Amino acid sequence: MEPRYVMVLDTRRCVACSACVIVCKTENDVPEGGFRDWVVSETRGRFPALSTENRSLRCNHCAFAPCIDNCPTGASHRGPGGTVQIDRVKCTGCKNCISACPYDARFVHPRGFIDKCTFCMHRKGAYTACQTVCPTECIHFGDANDPGSEVSRLLATRDHKVVAPEAGTRPRVHYLV
Amino acid sequence: MAMNEIEILKATPHLAREHWWGWEIPVYLFLGGLAAGIMILTSVRVLRDPEGERSETFRLLSWLAPLVLSIGMFALWLDLERRWDVPRFYLAFRPKAPMSWGAWILLAVYPLVALFALGELRGRWRDRLAPRLRAVADWADAPAIKRRLAWGNAAVGTLLGIYTGVLLSAMSARPLWSSAVLGPLFLTSGGSTAAALMLLFRVDERERRGLSKLDLGLICMEVALLGLFFLNLMTGSDTSQRAGGLLLGGPYTASFFGLVVFGGLAVPLFGEAREMRGHNGSRWFLPLLILIGGLALRWILVAAGQASSWNAL
Repeated sequence: MEPRYVMVLDTRRCVACSACVIVCKTENDVPEGGFRDWVVSETRGRFPALSTENRSLRCNHCAFAPCIDNCPTGASHRGPGGTVQIDRVKCTGCKNCISACPYDARFVHPRGFIDKCTFCMHRKGAYTACQTVCPTECIHFGDANDPGSEVSRLLATRDHKVVAPEAGTRPRVHYLV
Repeated sequence: MAMNEIEILKATPHLAREHWWGWEIPVYLFLGGLAAGIMILTSVRVLRDPEGERSETFRLLSWLAPLVLSIGMFALWLDLERRWDVPRFYLAFRPKAPMSWGAWILLAVYPLVALFALGELRGRWRDRLAPRLRAVADWADAPAIKRRLAWGNAAVGTLLGIYTGVLLSAMSARPLWSSAVLGPLFLTSGGSTAAALMLLFRVDERERRGLSKLDLGLICMEVALLGLFFLNLMTGSDTSQRAGGLLLGGPYTASFFGLVVFGGLAVPLFGEAREMRGHNGSRWFLPLLILIGGLALRWILVAAGQASSWNAL
């Protein structure tokens, strides 16, 4: 069966240290001003009863990807394991996909193409760069079609959510709560 | 009261709600709508009254469509990050991508509008053409061919006008744009701005009255469509209500209601209604207001739409 790559992030473990952001920039040579992932810290409640949730965010590699639908040249396309990838040669930099992405996960690379998280597909579906450096091991990546994979086990046993499910894109980045 | 504070730890520029589309896109949408309007109005005139006399100015106005469209296309081209890769639009057809439709529609627009406009040249204008072009103009001016060209021109113009709105409304990620009303709204506004632009030229009195009357009707339609646009936003989800709030009380309220609703619709509506009743006004004041309003409509919607989101953090 074709793999279905997903990412599972444990919000209970994330300490918002931003190691994932730095290593991504280093690994993927992300230019100054551009980010393929970023960290959000959300505080909820009423003082003094407050709770904080940290989330490492990136492209959600949606099952229903509006960026792919709206790309006029086919540069945004479905890659290995159902991921969403960008063909830099085909991209004209029209920025339609930036408008189409509910997660604001894309940015214009100084060389003119649109850039975003690739789930580190250059690593052939092995560990992603952000996963390797996470000091609390809150980032998990793998094949959701493999019932024995760690991501399958976590999604089966832990409560989880996606960001803005109401956008209707069926994201493949899940957050354990 | 519950607190819900989002603190972004990394100041990522693309999260700072920057605008990725600048002046080029609204200018392109405005000029595309204007060209569509000119194509429709000049064609409808031919279809309604094939034997009728048209002034030389009115005939020449057909050439405005490819001219303003080309300026709009130039603006769109300037917006591309990789301008010399523009042929890539023609190496694929993506049925779900409005911009792909737009690229291919434009291929149909230019030959059709050029043939139609060539057929509209008469007298000294046709005499100036090279012999081969004159033969094409003679062919395009034959009644049966002219009728077919006018139908095609009107149909493709309608597609072009609607497409300028659909380009935005296809973006479900931007709640302000995610409305099926935008296509008809931009088409109507395109027709209205086209009539206004044509009124700035020295068409004859009968044509002038016809254009004013048509413009009045189109402005009324535009007001109705804008009302539906806001109704759709303000009766929708929390996300769409927040998006509507950008224009209703938010940072874009003054410019939208000042330039679009008051300056571009209300004043021209009142002024043209007065002209219909025999009060003579300035030849250029109301048409200019309509044109400014049409550009402002796209400018503000493109800017505000980029500021609207699902707040997916």
